[in-house]
Amino acid sequence: MFRFPDGVARQFSVLLVAAALAGCGQESDGKSEAVTVITPPVASPWQSSFEDIGRAAKPAEIAAWDIDVGPDFAGLPPGSGTAEQGEEIWLARCAACHGDFGDSNKFFSPLVLGNVTQQDIETGHVAALKDPTRVRTTLMKVATVSTLWDYINRAMPWNAPKSLSTDEVYSLVAYLLSLGYIVDYDFELSNENIAEVQARMPNRNGMTREHGLWKVDGEPDVHNTACMTDCETHVEVASSIPAFARNAHGNLQGQMRTFGPYPGVDTSIEPGAETAPVLVAEVPSETEAAPAPEAGLATSAPMELLTSNGCLGCHQIDNKLVGPAFTAVSEKYAGRDDAVVYLSRKIRQGGSGIWGGFMPPMPQLTEAKAEEIANWLAQ
Amino acid sequence: MSEKEVVPQVYSPSPTVTEKPGSLGHLLKAPESFLDKSTIAAVSKSGVDESRRRLLRTSFTTALAGMLGAGISSRALASEGDPDILTLPPWSKSLGKAVATNPYGQPSKYEANIVRRQSPGLTQTDQSSVSFSPLQGMFGMITASGLHFERHHQGWVDVDPRRHRLMINGLVSKPSVFTMEELMRLPSVSRIHFIECGANTGMEWGNTAVPTVQYTHGMLSCSEFTGVPLSLLLEHAGYDKARAKYVLAEGADGSSMTRTIEIGRALDDVIVAYGMNGEMLRPENGYPLRLVVPGVQGVSSVKWLRRLEVGDQPYATKDESVHYVDLMPDGQHRQYTSIQEAKSVITSPSGGQRLMTKGYYNVSGLAWSGRGTVARVDVSFDGGRNWYTAKLEGPVLPKALTRFNIGWVWDGKPAILQSRVIDSTGYVQPMKRQLKEVRGTRSVYHNNAIQSWQVAESGEVENVQIS
Repeated sequence: MFRFPDGVARQFSVLLVAAALAGCGQESDGKSEAVTVITPPVASPWQSSFEDIGRAAKPAEIAAWDIDVGPDFAGLPPGSGTAEQGEEIWLARCAACHGDFGDSNKFFSPLVLGNVTQQDIETGHVAALKDPTRVRTTLMKVATVSTLWDYINRAMPWNAPKSLSTDEVYSLVAYLLSLGYIVDYDFELSNENIAEVQARMPNRNGMTREHGLWKVDGEPDVHNTACMTDCETHVEVASSIPAFARNAHGNLQGQMRTFGPYPGVDTSIEPGAETAPVLVAEVPSETEAAPAPEAGLATSAPMELLTSNGCLGCHQIDNKLVGPAFTAVSEKYAGRDDAVVYLSRKIRQGGSGIWGGFMPPMPQLTEAKAEEIANWLAQ
Repeated sequence: MSEKEVVPQVYSPSPTVTEKPGSLGHLLKAPESFLDKSTIAAVSKSGVDESRRRLLRTSFTTALAGMLGAGISSRALASEGDPDILTLPPWSKSLGKAVATNPYGQPSKYEANIVRRQSPGLTQTDQSSVSFSPLQGMFGMITASGLHFERHHQGWVDVDPRRHRLMINGLVSKPSVFTMEELMRLPSVSRIHFIECGANTGMEWGNTAVPTVQYTHGMLSCSEFTGVPLSLLLEHAGYDKARAKYVLAEGADGSSMTRTIEIGRALDDVIVAYGMNGEMLRPENGYPLRLVVPGVQGVSSVKWLRRLEVGDQPYATKDESVHYVDLMPDGQHRQYTSIQEAKSVITSPSGGQRLMTKGYYNVSGLAWSGRGTVARVDVSFDGGRNWYTAKLEGPVLPKALTRFNIGWVWDGKPAILQSRVIDSTGYVQPMKRQLKEVRGTRSVYHNNAIQSWQVAESGEVENVQIS
């Protein structure tokens, strides 16, 4: 398409606007009048006019938020911790999701699961990454120990991010590294020696920036051609979803618009049985009353408390997540005379062994708040 | 486990439907074929008594009503016309609802199937998870805000905008803090851009894994974003032009997600956005402030943006060292893969849908490129043997979704539909085998291969990969 150079287009449109405005004027008598072309300001408006917007960040504010630690360890706060100390914190605050040895795949991909060898520590390449049959863990992939420190410090534990002390973070990183035999169990990791640990990271040479996907003008990997006729000589279906998995994403009929040219396939029945009677009428009619709200725990949940204390990170009302469903807890204890006392203690002190996992203590909850949650569960 | 109960919504006949012979439309098969085998056998054996007559009538009318876009029959032809015309529906004979009945408007109840969905088993928790946009039910280039895909790393939060701050520090002469009020006083831009997760189509590197375009391509949305150009804020804070090489963006949520953005990108077209499709961002999309890094995988468009740090080296954060790194066949990981290369997909018809009859269809889809604009889209109906150029629906904008359409007459025979985009750099969307030759099948991210949909003789459309 032909395009005016930018300047021409702008002047042209200003003329059009001016002419249109003139047409609205009372003096308009059909005669064309001389139109003054107003050139819009060319300079950007942000030269000096808004310098006073925003304010200087104070040192204490920067210190509070500037928590990132990169590969050069700039910003790494001084501190230390041993793997042994880390294990204790791990069991209390991390193992419920990641497993005692960081090997659980129940809620997250495994952090550690073998596959890292002494030879990898020497070469800085994890050889098992070439083997498609191996599970890829965090310790196999991560090239920089700063990444582990930074992430645990900013985002862990899952339900209470930024609640670990600096020494606790050092201890946990040391414990994690000890599980991969990168450091010994009695090793004390600190800001002084973390660079030496970096030199033992098993996949420290495993990252490359030699690719075309970093910059907008990078070189693509693949150069297909825009062939138009007689391109593919042999077309054969090599892969499709097996019949037994046809309904694995739910009935697709219910995921498509209910009218129009492309209705959904009823995947609850076999292919070819498409002519069986079709389901009808799931949409409530205009006159039908709105469904009554469900009675029970969901309607009376102290959502503010559950949300602000991270309870919902591990528990849902009706479904088991990391911990048991609240409905299951309620069913189990609601009949007990000491339910409120028992549950509020458990909420504040944590516990293990009852539901097959571990609940960390929640000391930030006052007794009154814990009791409020317990009262709700015991109703 | 994130599997949710799926309640299918299907066509609902009006209450008087049993009195009606069905509406005018496509030809249907004989009513016998709507009966199950046991009923047919019973009728053959014992004839039609009154109870079976009633059953037959119900099955017949139910089937007619249930067939979508249904159904001319011999009875309908013989009648005076379409009962949906001849008998006025209730909405034509009643008083409608008052203005502001819904102060914030909602879609029709008949659209309840077109919603964001999770892929069962994809993630182990619902907080570090994905919900996919229903591309199969969408039109044009803009994603309705309520249908924008979600990807959270530690759940979504609803941030109080009065307590939200943006800090800029690092290699700047004036480390600064802005309130929302201050950000919204600054000069703003409004631009339309796509956001695509780097892992979109990542489940399909090896074999066909998911059934519909919602799951194959639904980590993709396109919105008009309004906000302050990042370049303006960096200038304002006095970034060190000699030493600044990278910007770290950080979120205010529990995960405090961080991503490194190369300074050239940061100074180009990145927006510190608060507006989306004419309203404030939705909480799931970063309310009240997010970064929008056009053309780059969505993880860089950090939500609930609280801080920008200017630095001289990349930060190797968790989501650029453990995740969002692309494993190559030689065991090396590509780090800082960012650009979403040109990609396209036919959204209708697509997997899990069904063509009801032979004849004309409008085949429609989406194309986009993280390196520029869509120059052309070609469509094949025979698995890539022959290609035809589709019509692009304007506006065609850089790093935005572009809608394409092409007419097709289905002859009732098996077909394989594909689309192939060419972007403004001349790059042609690759075939899956070409990508696999370079990247193998385990790189997870940046799968922009040509998608194939197979149409069976039954009209059923299925996700397939071709050799």
